Amino acid sequence: MKEMGMSADHHHHHHDHHHDNRYSDMQARVRALETVLTEKGLIDPAAIDVIVETYETKVGPRNGAHVVAKAWSDPQFAEWLKEDATAAIASLGYAGRQGEHMRAVFNTPETHNLVVCTLCSCYPWAVLGLPPVWYKAPPYRSRAVIDPRGVLAEFGLTLPDDKKIRVWDSTAELRYLVIPERPDGTENMSEEELAKLVSRDAMIGTAIAGVPA
Amino acid sequence: MNGPHDLGGQMGFGPVAPEKDEPYFHAEWEKRALGITLSCGAFGAWTIDESRHARENIPPADYLSASYYEIWTRGLEMLLERHGFATRGEIDAGVKQMEPATPKRILKADMVPAALARGGPCDRPVETEPLFRRGDKVRTKNFNPKTHTRLPRYARAKVGVVEAVQGSYVFPDDNAHRKGENPQWVYTVVFGAGEIWGEGADPTLTISVDAWESYLERL
Repeated sequence: MKEMGMSADHHHHHHDHHHDNRYSDMQARVRALETVLTEKGLIDPAAIDVIVETYETKVGPRNGAHVVAKAWSDPQFAEWLKEDATAAIASLGYAGRQGEHMRAVFNTPETHNLVVCTLCSCYPWAVLGLPPVWYKAPPYRSRAVIDPRGVLAEFGLTLPDDKKIRVWDSTAELRYLVIPERPDGTENMSEEELAKLVSRDAMIGTAIAGVPA
Repeated sequence: MNGPHDLGGQMGFGPVAPEKDEPYFHAEWEKRALGITLSCGAFGAWTIDESRHARENIPPADYLSASYYEIWTRGLEMLLERHGFATRGEIDAGVKQMEPATPKRILKADMVPAALARGGPCDRPVETEPLFRRGDKVRTKNFNPKTHTRLPRYARAKVGVVEAVQGSYVFPDDNAHRKGENPQWVYTVVFGAGEIWGEGADPTLTISVDAWESYLERL
């Protein structure tokens, strides 16, 4: 009996080591996962294609840039965005998964806003699409809350020493969209032209809006 | 749980590495991993809170060295096994070996646009009035549960100010463990960096978390 016990332990030990190797070839692992689930009738590979196509072509930072440009051009919309971001954003056709409970936070001459999710990768998909790798990775998630100026410098953004920084850690189901300050010299620009000045990073807070060329 | 996912304030991970003109996906398998994860979420067998907790349970050394879609895949495999849809052995072998549990729904291609548009709202009505109001001074709870929580370690036992009452939402600490949605009021609570990080903290920095009511006590 004792020997059998040891053998079981040994097997378990061996099993744990094997565990790591399971994920050494992710292409093969995910293919196996899709094959098994498809064979069981649990997933529809065509549904996966539609999901991927949605986030490659339909839902991305263009949506958020439209929201920002509208807020810059239309003070009533900006007010609505402050009061009820979910509804204001939905009025432009952007809603749904990871945009159910939106909050817009406005940069001002005094304060710069920066959004992070230290606990996972919460991100406003409905307006920004899928998050970039750096947003989900340990360097950003660990440092945004303790050394935001150091983080911003790595994006090439240096803020004045007296500018206040407000970091929003997305710990609940609220999803934050930063509304950057409207650049000078853009008074006569159309919404479409303004939207081009708004990068994904400016809506996370790791950049500011571009200056017109 | 004090897992590898709770990263706020940790050091040593090096610089952030933004990638210029980053593609949405860096490999074909990442696309499939995203789609499979969302498709399996449609089974209705687990909640977003349970799936987050599954990812938190990845051993720290693995979690910290995995890409995010690998984290998703590892978490998903735990959930599939726990809920009887597929075993690790089946995925290792790449072939079906047992009949799966019956999902509440199977996501077909034509259902995807509506499902993504609907999302998963998690605001829920509660019977009680909010305990706190804007401007109230509060202290966050000090605790170290082995279970799921959304109060990060760096923000425990800290004094802050309620900036907004954000509505009432499903309580993840219970919901992740299938103990019910038990909604609570959620508040945005702001802390000075000095309160969180102490000596040497950036005096221009404030940090907020969104905290469920039971994370807070009045001062």
